[in-house]
Amino acid sequence: MCGIAGIIHKGRRANVGAEMTSMLQALKHRGPDSTGYAVYGDPGEGEYVMRLKIAEAEDMEIGRSIHDRLEERIVAVDSILASHGAEVKVKERVRPYALRYVLNHEGDTGDMAEHIEETEGVEILSLGNGLELIKDLGDAGSVAEAYGIGDFEGTHGIGHTRMATESDVDIKSAHPYWAFPYNDVSVVHNGQITNYWIMRREMERKGHRFMSDCDSELLAVYTAHHLANGVQLEESLRRSIDEIDGVFTYLVCTRDQLGMAKDTMAAKPLVLYESDDLIAMASEEVAIRAIFPEEIDTYDPYDEEVRVWQA
Amino acid sequence: MSGVSDAELREMTQEERVNALGMTTEQLTGKSLYIEFDPDAQERFAYPWAPDVDFNKRTEVDAGELTNTEVNSRIRDLMAEGYGTIVLQNPRGKHSLAVGILSRLNLIIEGSTGYFGVGLIDGPNVRINGRVGWSCAENMMSGTVVVEKNAGSTFGAAIRGGDLVCRGSVGSRTGIDMKGGTIIVGGDTGALSGFMMQRGRMVVCGNAGKNLGDSMYDGTIYVGGEIRSLGVDAVTADLTGLDKDWLTRKLTQYGLMPDNGVGHFTKIVAGKQLWNYDNLEPNEKKLIL
Repeated sequence: MCGIAGIIHKGRRANVGAEMTSMLQALKHRGPDSTGYAVYGDPGEGEYVMRLKIAEAEDMEIGRSIHDRLEERIVAVDSILASHGAEVKVKERVRPYALRYVLNHEGDTGDMAEHIEETEGVEILSLGNGLELIKDLGDAGSVAEAYGIGDFEGTHGIGHTRMATESDVDIKSAHPYWAFPYNDVSVVHNGQITNYWIMRREMERKGHRFMSDCDSELLAVYTAHHLANGVQLEESLRRSIDEIDGVFTYLVCTRDQLGMAKDTMAAKPLVLYESDDLIAMASEEVAIRAIFPEEIDTYDPYDEEVRVWQA
Repeated sequence: MSGVSDAELREMTQEERVNALGMTTEQLTGKSLYIEFDPDAQERFAYPWAPDVDFNKRTEVDAGELTNTEVNSRIRDLMAEGYGTIVLQNPRGKHSLAVGILSRLNLIIEGSTGYFGVGLIDGPNVRINGRVGWSCAENMMSGTVVVEKNAGSTFGAAIRGGDLVCRGSVGSRTGIDMKGGTIIVGGDTGALSGFMMQRGRMVVCGNAGKNLGDSMYDGTIYVGGEIRSLGVDAVTADLTGLDKDWLTRKLTQYGLMPDNGVGHFTKIVAGKQLWNYDNLEPNEKKLIL
């Protein structure tokens, strides 16, 4: 089933970490397997934030040797960063298997990202000037507490509560997906993509990589492909309705935008609230009500509807 | 029949009213579609276990800190105590509120509800001063439900009777599989509305999305605005004087009568080319032969 949610503040910052946590916790019944956030802050001029995992949560059960392997992976990542001229300003080991770096870097981040992911067991969850992507097993409350999301200040964000259906319960199959290697683009999705393998092979032929077998990752790669080729976000969303088969509602964030698209059957839900300075959306009304105690007007977007909002 | 006044209606028997208001004019040819409303069968419209409530006995329930199960239990307890008017405060988008009410009740919901609100009801009059999520009033059998704002998809799925009204716009698949009753939408409706509709009437004052009335068996859809496309086997039909009278009466009743009247409404019915309506089931053939 899965639940998705998003929020964007126009021209101002707010505690999107707490807002997203409230919304996602209200959607727990739609997917208790894992929870993910893609929130957009402002790390500073010229700085990049990189979130990565160096193992799956379940790998920590392997035994004592896993800790040695994790240390080796961190050393390898640090070495690669140095070889690309990246200056590490902040390095946090948020979880035993999850790290957060703040970097100064002037070179090709795509090349650096590809190099880092050559390290066995290492996956970059996000890399960008604003995006911080956090995902782990469990509900929103437990993930927010573990990663300290509750006090994240930013302009916008999307999130996901996952009920695993066609792929594993693990971090790599959790949403959101970063549109590797395109900085600051993230996607959450509720639905099933029925031409996934056809589209995946098409994207792989164009040189894109997939980290999981989750159909939702296709939307991130598809969006990244378009954005990298100069297609505007709104146009990419519109094309997806024609080119991607199945039932889906998905949300996409860039550095300063949040967009949504709904398939031709409108089979997957989304409720929208729009005001002059804030737009909130979620699979269910109850998530929006989690952050608005007062009565507000909401509506369902229709089939084939595409919207994009600017922060 | 046209131009029936309220005074004339008051003088009629229930059966005459049913005929005068066009409740038996659908071109029904399916074997299961001849079951008509029997005005004499009064005892069938009350459940023996339904509490006898007093509409003048009024109370409020604050749903803010209650689960949906607790809210529904509270409503039942209050009805058992004879409360006939209940105001539900702070629903806050909770799912499955006020479901399974099988007797008379004035229920006022001050706010918005989530999925499957007021489903499986048979008799209450409900006013929702907010928005409703997916599948509002699913399987409703009788009574009235009036939603003051917008509604989600599958609004009135499989309803069998009563009036279900949304003053705003609704999502997709409105009235999917409806088997009776009336759905009225003040605004627009989404794709595949009236899908596999079997009986009853749907009125959309605004626009309708694509595939309207797809695979409908029977029933009637009226649309005041644009229709993006008709579904398989859905066809337009002439809007008769009877249709106009019925539309006028219903839309006036709910304060949704357009300024320009109802003459511009498009009437959609089943083309009846998709299903073999006149074929009998094997056991029916045996009976005849």
